[in-house]
Amino acid sequence: MADIDIRAVHKSYGKTKTLHGVDLSFASGEFVVILGPSGCGKSTLLRMIAGLEEITAGEIAINGRIVNTLEPRERGCAMVFQNYALYPHMTVAGNIGYALKVAGVPKAERDRRIEETAKIVGLSDYLTRRPAALSGGQRQRVAMARAIIREPKVFLFDEPLSNLDAKLRVTMRAEIRKLHQRLSATSVFVTHDQVEAMTLADKLVVMNKGHVEQVGQPLDIYHRPASVFVASFIGSPAMNLFETRVETGAATVRFGGAQVPIDGALAAQLRGKDIIVGIRPEQCVVVQPGNGVSAKVDFVEELGSGRVVHAEIDGQPFAAVIGEEMRVRPGDRISLELPPSQLHVFDRDSGRRIEFEAVPRAPQNAAEAPVLAIVE
Amino acid sequence: MIQRTPFADTFTYVLMALGFVLLIGPFIVILAGASQTLQQVNSVPFRFVPQDHLLENAAAAWSRASLGTAMMNSLIMASLVTVGKVALSACTAFAIVFFRTPLKHFFFWMVFITLMLPLEVRVVPTYAVAADLFQPFRLLIAALTGIEVSVEWNLLNSYAGLTLPLIATATGTFLYRQFFMTLPDELAEAARMDGSGPARFFFDMLLPLSRTNMLALTTIMFVYGWNQYLWPLLMITDPAYKTTMMSLVALLPSENGTPDWNVTLAGSLIIMAPPLIVVAVLQRWFIRGLVATEK
Ligand SMILES: Nc1ncnc2c1ncn2[C@@H]1O[C@H](COP(=O)(O)OP(=O)(O)O)[C@@H](O)[C@H]1O
Ligand SMILES: [Mg+2]
Repeated sequence: MADIDIRAVHKSYGKTKTLHGVDLSFASGEFVVILGPSGCGKSTLLRMIAGLEEITAGEIAINGRIVNTLEPRERGCAMVFQNYALYPHMTVAGNIGYALKVAGVPKAERDRRIEETAKIVGLSDYLTRRPAALSGGQRQRVAMARAIIREPKVFLFDEPLSNLDAKLRVTMRAEIRKLHQRLSATSVFVTHDQVEAMTLADKLVVMNKGHVEQVGQPLDIYHRPASVFVASFIGSPAMNLFETRVETGAATVRFGGAQVPIDGALAAQLRGKDIIVGIRPEQCVVVQPGNGVSAKVDFVEELGSGRVVHAEIDGQPFAAVIGEEMRVRPGDRISLELPPSQLHVFDRDSGRRIEFEAVPRAPQNAAEAPVLAIVE
Repeated sequence: MIQRTPFADTFTYVLMALGFVLLIGPFIVILAGASQTLQQVNSVPFRFVPQDHLLENAAAAWSRASLGTAMMNSLIMASLVTVGKVALSACTAFAIVFFRTPLKHFFFWMVFITLMLPLEVRVVPTYAVAADLFQPFRLLIAALTGIEVSVEWNLLNSYAGLTLPLIATATGTFLYRQFFMTLPDELAEAARMDGSGPARFFFDMLLPLSRTNMLALTTIMFVYGWNQYLWPLLMITDPAYKTTMMSLVALLPSENGTPDWNVTLAGSLIIMAPPLIVVAVLQRWFIRGLVATEK
């Protein structure tokens, strides 16, 4: 159990800046997921918490103690690496127990704890094997056992599931979550996979290009993305975004040759401003021809429970989720209504979200409740 | 081979057979000659068939060139050189690969440059230092303070003198470096997270993992150490420190004496044996260590 404070942390490799001032704070026992595209600096941040990477500027505190100059072993963190980084010449037992061996724990106690830990991750029958003789999932478990046995205050995971096949990934995800509940250590989990992030996180941190874009609970972030980047990065299929401006004297914005109504109070606030409007494909409603925005269907993706229509409006790609009872073929024209309450509005210059209080965010009934489309 | 044609096949086989004969030929001469009597070895034409006098010829050679001491000295020298080279190059490569220091590249290139300066090239200055270890310091002190220090310390006629100048090795450093660079960074990081410091990492991870490299290097370096001739010749005047290569000359028949080449050949067979045994025992590792890294 430990809280983590990250204050104004910067990282540069020589002249290239990787992190530009990150401020975060994680509560004790929280499961934090850091989500971002590849190369955004997630691993760098994680490795700085671990002590594997020097902190160029700023400070990191674990349990109130500034750890900038501490060695990894003095920080009480355990880490699970993406490629597992098992010791190839040691048996599973040797791998799991290495930290205890280094710490000088007597053999008898060490063996007892290795047994115990192996049981937690279901490896009891494999203790004498070498990593080369294990499957991907089993290696993953060894890596986790190696972290668990140290009883760390903080668990750090760097994309630990990305080398597993889709099915195993779902299983291991659940196991990691269960493990977290059982051990109640603070966990920081890095991933570029939004489904992983959404399902695991108590607190989600979205990063982009060395900046923190948004911090919050997964559903909050899904419903109120703080920036164009977050809006387009989270949710699958991705949110539709289009550039437009609010004409003076109207409560509508132009899109695809039609006037899309927006909230009146918002229109008054944004008059004459360049904005980006977004709507999730799940929130678009198919209406009778002549109403709404007209779209030309490019192709249709079957999901089983419904289908995603990939269409074109004004030459821009636009996706909408429709019910399975509707028949659409490529080349068809459909009309879409974009409900004003479901629109997200962003400033075109800064890319930041423009909040408007008038809109009720809570869905009126269950049928309309936005569902996270979880696609593996 | 990509292609398989009768002509190419025949050609390769002829080439291989030729190479084999060239390599094995002298060895057969030694083996045959060493096991023949004085008359047989001097008969014309020479018969390439081994006889059964090997043991008595070997015994004669052993005492003629006092091979007992020489073999022991060579064994000590070759072993010390091997152990020294294997250990030192592992440490050097460890420092070069795993530590971030500003002078890392400088040191790497210094090691690299020594590839161009084998002992034979720098034998005179190396001998000068070995013969008078404090000479450089004496010159320096004299230049700085004007005081003449008269400390005498040399490595002549000692095992240290025989081995130390041979121990620094660029080849071994490279072999280890290449291997260390194939290890993922995460291995070192995982060990760090587990609380292991650099020394533990070296002994617990790197050494066990580089076992095949180490054995390959041992093979090469033992043969190298055993075959040293020029350096022992310079360093050793005391017969008690003579090495086998120096004793070879004592095995030759004296100019007007009996031409007992059978004894000479038996002696060279004895001298050849240790490196042969080492190669034979370690060849499996030797090939693996040089060709590929272990999974
Ligand atoms: N050792 C390094 N030297 C130089 N640049 C690095 C180093 N490690 C990472 N970077 C750079 O920092 C950026 C962030 O890397 P990383 O944190 O690994 O991203 P990711 O979010 O994919 O984990 C990348 O652009 C990468 O090229
Ligand atoms: Mg990464």
